Amino acid sequence: MALLTYRDALNAALREEMGLDDRVFLMGEEVAEYDGAYKVSRGLLKEFGPHRVVDTPIAELGFAGIGVGAAMVGLRPVIEFMTWNFALLAIDQVVNSAAKMRYMSGGQVGCPIVFRGPGGAALQLAAQHSQSFESWYAHIPGLKVLTPGTPADAKGLLKSAIRDDDPVVFIEGEMLYNVKGEVPEGEHLVPIGKADIKRAGGDVTLVCHSKTVTVALKAADQLAAEGIDAEVVDLRTIRPMDTETVLNSVGKTHRCVVVEEGWAFAGVGAQVVDEIQRHAFDELDAPVLRVTGADVPMPYNKQLERAAKADPAKVVAAAKRVLYLA
Amino acid sequence: MAGTRARSRAKGAPHPAGPAASPEQCREYLRQMRLIRYFEEKAGEAYSLGKVGGFCHLYIGQEAVAVGSMAALRADDYITTSYRDHGHALARGLSARSVMAELYGKAAGCSRGKGGSMHLFDASLGFLGGHGIVGGHIPLTAGMAFAAKYRKTDQVAVCYFGEAAVNIGSFHETLNMAALWKLPAIFVVENNGYGMGTALARASSLLDLAHRAYSYEMAEEVVDGQDVFAVRSAMDRAVERARVESLPTLLEMRTYRYVGHSMSDAAHGTYRTKDEVEEFRQRDPIKLLEAHMLEAGMMDEAGLKAVDEMITAEVEDAIVFAEESPDPAPGELWTDVLAGGQ
Repeated sequence: MALLTYRDALNAALREEMGLDDRVFLMGEEVAEYDGAYKVSRGLLKEFGPHRVVDTPIAELGFAGIGVGAAMVGLRPVIEFMTWNFALLAIDQVVNSAAKMRYMSGGQVGCPIVFRGPGGAALQLAAQHSQSFESWYAHIPGLKVLTPGTPADAKGLLKSAIRDDDPVVFIEGEMLYNVKGEVPEGEHLVPIGKADIKRAGGDVTLVCHSKTVTVALKAADQLAAEGIDAEVVDLRTIRPMDTETVLNSVGKTHRCVVVEEGWAFAGVGAQVVDEIQRHAFDELDAPVLRVTGADVPMPYNKQLERAAKADPAKVVAAAKRVLYLA
Repeated sequence: MAGTRARSRAKGAPHPAGPAASPEQCREYLRQMRLIRYFEEKAGEAYSLGKVGGFCHLYIGQEAVAVGSMAALRADDYITTSYRDHGHALARGLSARSVMAELYGKAAGCSRGKGGSMHLFDASLGFLGGHGIVGGHIPLTAGMAFAAKYRKTDQVAVCYFGEAAVNIGSFHETLNMAALWKLPAIFVVENNGYGMGTALARASSLLDLAHRAYSYEMAEEVVDGQDVFAVRSAMDRAVERARVESLPTLLEMRTYRYVGHSMSDAAHGTYRTKDEVEEFRQRDPIKLLEAHMLEAGMMDEAGLKAVDEMITAEVEDAIVFAEESPDPAPGELWTDVLAGGQ
């Protein structure tokens, strides 16, 4: 095991996969000479050269489409969006081109591409830079959506994404880049579509992904101090969703809170709750509750921003409600 | 690059003769153009009869563009088009059977009945799609050119789109990167004068669309798209530039569609007059080629009739094939979503 930051774990995944497969290249704004806006691509230009680490103009729609075209003829592009907020300019290529190509060509033309970059709110970046879009992409058949919450999962999932034959939307946690964690040495792959129990417990299930893994674990610590044993289920992959792991946990605890950074309406948690009510209705001892971002554009003011975000205290409160303790 | 800039001509003005084509080549141009024309007429009929669904955009009037330009390509080159793609597919060598079966939504269609009129594909021929979002396939084509350069092959990638697409962001973003990175891509604007019902002059501040390449220091040429020889020679130059020098080109093909934007649009009466359509029909690309061949003694009336009979039989056969082919199996709904199945 090595102690790595989430950022360096992603960097290691890129370096390893580019070393293993000449078809893999990295393209995006500031990925090469600047070493990455968030330094995820640090050192890659030096190691692989400008042929495989390609700086682009600020033209998300254009370079996303160039990546899709290269993938259609057999390369394995990794397209970095400086943030997923800017990727909205490219969503036509992700949704109308990448996700549809295999189907509308009758299976002839695949699109093995990874679109990656940071998502979610950081600190006081206000409305246009503080958004979670995983539910948007998870809505689309033909896409896979990955949201790692730890350095080990970041590395293992990115390596799996690059090797995958389908288009992958890979949303990193902007607030996680400096988080350190143990990462297995050597070849470390995390399977797409598998959730992970980050903490075992028998009293209540906390379903989370990306940055809210940290939120849920902190909440679980606080609950433990009050004698409540929470199980933390990290979805890791939003689509295809590992509902089996969620349902098994709910079958054990009979109570569930779903936590996410994004907005509640038509959010990831809505899908989780739908799966639970259809497949585990009789297991539930309380309605499933959700902790989400507030249903407003993100404010700038620090106090207001704090109020808008999902945090451990809100999760603790929700957990107590499903346990009828509050 | 100034040397590659041809002077623009008024639409319909005569073009200086292109390089001499052999009788065999002329005959092949004629066969393909007549095939496309008759195929499209029958596709329109089939649509009217409810046999073909969805949207259906016909290529009648523009045949010389696809036929003349595709003749300059190699079997391993890449091609994408917009949704007005039947003519390009046939010119690339997809069979009339596989294209008509796709229009009918049948399992034997070139996209197995899942794409339809707007999404014709044959990966074995490097024909990578009719695409349905205006301008959406322009960056894809640059990506294919990027891949060719990345692998150090000398393939070229060609993108066909209507003149309305030059106003969308993806066109500008892509042309900039194609020129910046010296990609072996050819962007073929088929300027038929109308984006759906909007005349070019009502949509573009610049009427000489090839001049848009100036913003990107890209080679460009204005071409008489009704003259198959002119199309071929301009495309030869662009292909050479891409294959040998790895440089992109913007080609503006001046052409005209005789039919409506799609089957729900009348040929004339709303945004253009009957007289205008008739005027352009005087420079019909097929008639121009036939006149040239007769005049040069390459073919006589009997020869023209023989070509007609051949392509008529081919299209009639395609219709019977499409009619009689089975629909995709119900389970096909769920296949091809992901690489390993749903």
